[in-house]
Amino acid sequence: MDTHSYFPVTPGVGMEENFLSLDDILLSQERLPVRTECVFPRLGFLEKSSDSQDIAEGTKMEFPLWLSKGLYEKKRKVLSVELPKVYKEGWRTVFTADPNVVDLHKMGPYYYGLGSQMLHFDNPENPDIAKTLLQTFIGRFRRTMDSSQNAYNEDTSVLVGRLDCLEKVLFRSGQNGLNGFQSWEKGQASQLTASGLVLNYRKRKLVDVQP
Amino acid sequence: MFCEKAVELIRELHRMTDGQLPAFNEDGVRQVLQEMEALYEQNQADVNEAKSVGRADLIPSIKLRHCCLLRNQRCVVAYLYDRLLRIRALRWEYGSVLPANIRFHMSAEEVQWFGQYKKSLASFMRSIGGEEGLDITQDMKPPKSLYIQVRCLKDHGEFEIDDGTVILLKKNSQHFLPRWKCEQLIRQGVLEHVMS
Repeated sequence: MDTHSYFPVTPGVGMEENFLSLDDILLSQERLPVRTECVFPRLGFLEKSSDSQDIAEGTKMEFPLWLSKGLYEKKRKVLSVELPKVYKEGWRTVFTADPNVVDLHKMGPYYYGLGSQMLHFDNPENPDIAKTLLQTFIGRFRRTMDSSQNAYNEDTSVLVGRLDCLEKVLFRSGQNGLNGFQSWEKGQASQLTASGLVLNYRKRKLVDVQP
Repeated sequence: MFCEKAVELIRELHRMTDGQLPAFNEDGVRQVLQEMEALYEQNQADVNEAKSVGRADLIPSIKLRHCCLLRNQRCVVAYLYDRLLRIRALRWEYGSVLPANIRFHMSAEEVQWFGQYKKSLASFMRSIGGEEGLDITQDMKPPKSLYIQVRCLKDHGEFEIDDGTVILLKKNSQHFLPRWKCEQLIRQGVLEHVMS
């Protein structure tokens, strides 16, 4: 069992983001299809397809989630945010049918995170989206948990390849528990070991060419 | 789109999942601060124009630039904070003296922070456990015996133990030493704990 001392800020839960979490910052970088509901003067350079100085009203663009959240107002005078395909009715039916078939890594690696954030935009489909997110998670959880507890000392890339980021964290957590237990069973728990961090620095040092 | 450089800083750290500290990206941070300055100045100008000539239509753009300023601020703060978490981990994994190649990765302020963290930890450890204090960076795993068998993984020179004897730590030599003396050297990969 490795005693690692680096504890990064964890991502927020549900619709909340943690300000300092690196995961949440990357999650909020995901792009969303939006439609401007007013003119944005002097910012025309942000829109590659036209040469005008302003962004006209009614322009369809892609804004990152953080900008969409920042600009969005309930009365819809500024921006309207469209649902990404994965959260629309078509895909929702697929998820309800069999959540285990889907490659959630390909469907945007932050399926649950982004889906939860989409609930900020007052879409009438929100209750259905929330329900699908939950049901998908419940449907897939059993398999993730089982595989993380039974894959010992083997290449897990196939198991992990179709998981979204949240599921990957859970999988890793399960593996840590499994490895810890196995090493305890073998009597290795009391063996003092070199710090994983120290060993990794050594490995990287050989690759690093320092003047 | 704005704030691309700021997110690059975050990606740089996110890539190193094991808690390693990359070199301080002074250029990157400076570029983000420059972008913030430019955004701020454009907003100041637009706000003045909106107030004086009554151009309320500029407000959406002002709001957008403001979102970008907040985003840049968030990224820089998170970057600096996550680096401090990694530097803090170094005290626990490496001990109080850091090898030169790691120190080169830290900015001057970070080196200073490390020094202060060390001091805080040391004074805390002195304040607990009675007269001598308590070294809580020891015994990370429950000890099973007072003395342990260790093998030397690389030449480390002379090593003095509590009763005054000096031991020469030469590569591949094996010794039977007090556990508390060896713990840090084992963690640093100089010695290897040999289980019988």
